[in-house]
Amino acid sequence: MARFVYADNAATTAVLPEVTAAMLPAFEAAYGNPSSLHAKGREAKTLLDGARERIAAVLGCESGEIYFTSCGTESDNWAIKGAAKRMKAKGRTHIVTTKIEHHAVLNTCEALEREGFTVSYVGVDEDGVVSLDELREAVTDKTALVAVMYANNEVGTIEPIKEISEIAHAKGALMFTDAVQAVGNIDINVKELGVDMLSLSGHKIHAPKGIGALYIRKGVVIGNLIDGGGQERRRRAGTENLPYILGLAKALEIAKEKLKDLPRVAKMRDRLIEELEKIPYSKLNGHRTNRLPGNVNIGFEFIEGESLLLWLDISGICASTGSACSSASLEASHVLLAMGVPHEKAHGSLRLSISHETTDEDIDYIIATVPTVVQRLRNMSPLWEDVAKNIK
Amino acid sequence: MQYSEKVMDHFTNPRNVGEIENADGVGMVGNAKCGDIMKMYLKIEGDVIVDCKFKTFGCGAAIATSSMATELIKGKTIEEALKLTNQVVVEALEGLPPVKVHCSVLAEEAVKTAVADYYTKIGKPVDFVIEKSHDDHDGK
Repeated sequence: MARFVYADNAATTAVLPEVTAAMLPAFEAAYGNPSSLHAKGREAKTLLDGARERIAAVLGCESGEIYFTSCGTESDNWAIKGAAKRMKAKGRTHIVTTKIEHHAVLNTCEALEREGFTVSYVGVDEDGVVSLDELREAVTDKTALVAVMYANNEVGTIEPIKEISEIAHAKGALMFTDAVQAVGNIDINVKELGVDMLSLSGHKIHAPKGIGALYIRKGVVIGNLIDGGGQERRRRAGTENLPYILGLAKALEIAKEKLKDLPRVAKMRDRLIEELEKIPYSKLNGHRTNRLPGNVNIGFEFIEGESLLLWLDISGICASTGSACSSASLEASHVLLAMGVPHEKAHGSLRLSISHETTDEDIDYIIATVPTVVQRLRNMSPLWEDVAKNIK
Repeated sequence: MQYSEKVMDHFTNPRNVGEIENADGVGMVGNAKCGDIMKMYLKIEGDVIVDCKFKTFGCGAAIATSSMATELIKGKTIEEALKLTNQVVVEALEGLPPVKVHCSVLAEEAVKTAVADYYTKIGKPVDFVIEKSHDDHDGK
């Protein structure tokens, strides 16, 4: 029985009806500019302040430590470029990051390299866990910033951010974590985590695209990315996107509420992994237990990921791959390659990212569909020929 | 990115998939590192390609271009098959997304490599040039 299964929640999520409902007042009645002195402005300002406080409560910080941005990528750019700019004045021109960061971080670091900064890209083990020894060696008293993602978007591995924060701070560097994939999937308290900055994005947690936030710990000074008016306490100019900010606040509260439902999601994930690993020549990518509750990433040898995705799409399943052929760059996933997965295996990777919305029936359908598609593609693969002959 | 209906037709229902036992010419091109490998089998009688089959490891475009290439050369003379260019394959597929055009080069290369294999087997000099689509890579 064909059905439609959306298993690409790490790419983006559906906006929840409650989130849409929370945004509507700011489109219609509360249309004022929060910076205006009049009644409409004050009305908007009250809603804005309220949203900021609610978000701060979810993350365990003060409302004055939350800054709204247009997206996760902007937050990442601001944190890294802002810290670099500020710390350069103190003679720190070195950045430590990892090989498995999102391109929003990697390409920002590369941009800084072109401006004269040096960047150390720390490696990971075969499970995608950042090497703490290598990181400890990389951080020096010239290091401006350590930027490590909280959880990897492709393979779902969760990084030891608390330990990394301690390493960064011991050398006087700032610590930033890209938590775009972690928020909503891990109970986050920024104070316990010990980071100076943390980025998040609305559309990964059932809020709309086009809204993000950056937590900047009180007392941490970084340069501005966007100059203009005096919004966001003069640190991020531009009229606040109040409807989406209200949506983000609502989505974060719902995510916090649903944290207790995550063991159910993780159970579905584990069933998927267990069943898909029964396919011969398949292998889980990422850490088996220390991974995001909704992330499944499995490599199937002798086939290529894009054709796998196309067949799954035809079968009603939306998924993702680390194959080069699915990206304009024609490069296999930098994450899988950093984990030591050979190119040919990286091409055959499948990422399924499930959520609260996923049902057991959806999982059954994926389990019933993937093996058939894998076999169909293997049957026409010249690489499978030799393996099949040996099996016989 | 959107594939044409023709590409999706050849992807979901590829023509001439398989192997030919004791093929007269076999050409395997591409490499796993780049994510696409095509293997082309030719059965040749006189100077006519009487049968042609393929196996492909690759993306949707790679599979569809392999399928289309076999359709275009089956029943044709070797001379005609050697005239097959990647543009002809792309046109027959009603276009490919720009990032996928290199896959069609692979199909052209596979046909020519299979013919070259045939020529070598029968002791005929290979008097044509095979444009390599993966020259910029260092192989596996």
